[in-house]
Amino acid sequence: MSADMSEGTSAGQPADAGPQPESVVDAAAAAAVAPTSAVATEARDDLAQVEPVVGAPKPDAILVADDVVRRFGGMTAVDVTHLEVQRGAITALIGPNGAGKTTFFNLLTGFDTPQSGRWSFEGNSLAGKSGARVAQAGMVRTFQLTKALSRLTVLQNMLLAARNNPGERFWLSWLPFTWRAQERAATEKAMELLARFKLDAKADDFAGSLSGGQRKLLEMARALMTDPTMIMLDEPMAGVNPALVQSLLGHVQALRDEGMTVLFVEHDMHAVRHISDWVVVMAEGRIVAEGPPASVMQDQAVVDAYLGAHHDTDLGDDSLLDPEILARLEAEEEKR
Amino acid sequence: MDEFLRILTQSLAELIAPTTAAYAIAAIGLNLHFGYTGLLNMGQAGFMLLGAYGFGIATIAGAPFFLAVLVALVAGLLFALVLGIPTLQLRGDYLAIVTISAAEIIRWIGRSTWLQEWTGGASGLQGRNYKGTFQDLSPLPDGRTAIGPLEYINTGSDSWWTRLFAWGVVALALLFVFLITRSPWGRVLKGIREDEDAVRALGKNVYSYKLQSLALGGMLGALGGVLYVLPITIAPDAMGRTMTFFVWTVLLLGGAATVFGPVLGAMIFFGAYMFMRTGMRALSENTGVGEIISTTNVEQIGGMLVGITLMLLVIFRPQGILGNKKELAFNVR
Ligand SMILES: Nc1ncnc2c1ncn2[C@@H]1O[C@H](COP(=O)(O)OP(=O)(O)OP(=O)(O)O)[C@@H](O)[C@H]1O
Ligand SMILES: [Mg+2]
Repeated sequence: MSADMSEGTSAGQPADAGPQPESVVDAAAAAAVAPTSAVATEARDDLAQVEPVVGAPKPDAILVADDVVRRFGGMTAVDVTHLEVQRGAITALIGPNGAGKTTFFNLLTGFDTPQSGRWSFEGNSLAGKSGARVAQAGMVRTFQLTKALSRLTVLQNMLLAARNNPGERFWLSWLPFTWRAQERAATEKAMELLARFKLDAKADDFAGSLSGGQRKLLEMARALMTDPTMIMLDEPMAGVNPALVQSLLGHVQALRDEGMTVLFVEHDMHAVRHISDWVVVMAEGRIVAEGPPASVMQDQAVVDAYLGAHHDTDLGDDSLLDPEILARLEAEEEKR
Repeated sequence: MDEFLRILTQSLAELIAPTTAAYAIAAIGLNLHFGYTGLLNMGQAGFMLLGAYGFGIATIAGAPFFLAVLVALVAGLLFALVLGIPTLQLRGDYLAIVTISAAEIIRWIGRSTWLQEWTGGASGLQGRNYKGTFQDLSPLPDGRTAIGPLEYINTGSDSWWTRLFAWGVVALALLFVFLITRSPWGRVLKGIREDEDAVRALGKNVYSYKLQSLALGGMLGALGGVLYVLPITIAPDAMGRTMTFFVWTVLLLGGAATVFGPVLGAMIFFGAYMFMRTGMRALSENTGVGEIISTTNVEQIGGMLVGITLMLLVIFRPQGILGNKKELAFNVR
């Protein structure tokens, strides 16, 4: 299997590495460009009506955050005045390194505590709730630094995520007949998910033996195992080979089409442009812009946040992949 | 040759000694903590001593045998809750510090004059005061029995009955741990051992699982304490840091996170420990070695060698005898 993977990588990156990954992404986007389910179509139509301004109210917001502030010493890592996330849509959260995206994720999911702020999920306040409670409420996250449970097998990683297994209660644990049926159903579901992520051949291997990209996939599959209402992915494509990114993008869209809400952090602008219905941009802890992908990347505030200067470059522009142009931009910035 | 046979027999006897069984139970408890959940309990001797006191004091107060054992278990449970509730929300190292000091506190309270009326102070409780109920339970006829080179009285302190009972308890504990650790419940513990935040992100109440693990392992420790004092006396100073340190050696020798590791570890540890000490004593009495190692130093050298063994184990074979080497390859995070 690992041999297959490395072959896949080399196939996905031919000698002229330039435009190839993009066309792969485009292909994925083309494959699933139109949302199929009613929820997804409705979400898209709804978002088309929303004015692309920071803090814009959404017609059907699943997550609403207000005045969330997190300071580390004197540094304000997150200061979000108002954000709404549309149900049934794919929302991308982008921003330069250190913008506060991961910290914001941590705050929303109960893995960190803000100095102040309120936020609610499906109308219920989640402020002050533990990470476990947030996950139980249906908002499940993955981590930027992947957390594979190394000395559990891939399948055990998946089974651990299954919900409402009576065998997880101590007093029933030693009576296998009370949980065997559930366990079997969970195994079936886990194998299906693993097959989707091309990890089924690895089911009985220790998760610690997976490659970095495979761990990302496992973590995403494991999060899906909980049947979340909303999934929050922190850089799901980082370190995954281009060929697999393609199918991953397809999966994310498929999830949306099944009615799931997706919020994801990603640095790969092509992925963002092609699959997201809405883009939120963070810089220095604040939300500086939001809107549909095509327009937001031309937004002056966004270009400034990323490039630190007034350029009339579209962030989705391929020229930004060119090191020479980047170097020129940086040089111009220094002259300023 | 006779001398050698005697040493061999003594070492063999250690394999089935009640003390070995007591350590095996305590190590099974510690295995639940460390091997399965990743909790660093550095005070297992505290649980054992508390269990021993609970059993001894309840028996002296007139409780029948099984009620006294229950008292010991409840003592272990309460100790686990008192230590776990404030610390298990913090990062792992805090539990280690709290357990090591709490175990010492139990020992110091035990040996103080403050509760002397109950605990017997530094000299502890005499065996004859609390062994009656246990020995009355013996189904064995009076007399002595020899099996191979091993001969003991049927019922009494150092008897076949004590051995039968102690190893019976070990067998039950093994079955229990085997069942619970291969269940989904056990899988959550192992997940917590690997990365508790990942488990939390999947909606599991990590704190509650850690508390359950600490309580169960602590109750097994308390039970180990009861077994430990059945053939001897309750002496607080015999159940201190050294004991914790031996339980850890037993666990790491046999293999953490394996079902039989603690039992195998206890047998090998005590068999080898006895062989080493009696062997050294024989050598220093009968040969020129005595000029380098006098008989009075044998205990100290024995303790030192245990320490060295523990270090070598952790460095060269951290998975122990039964552990899976492959699993350990991923220990680097
Ligand atoms: N635990 C912490 N203690 C102190 N500072 C922190 C801590 N966590 C994050 N920060 C700071 O907060 C800021 C935001 O960090 P965060 O990890 O949220 O960025 P990010 O947007 O996720 O960046 P990246 O795209 O590189 O992942 C950074 O400047 C970082 O140094
Ligand atoms: Mg980040």
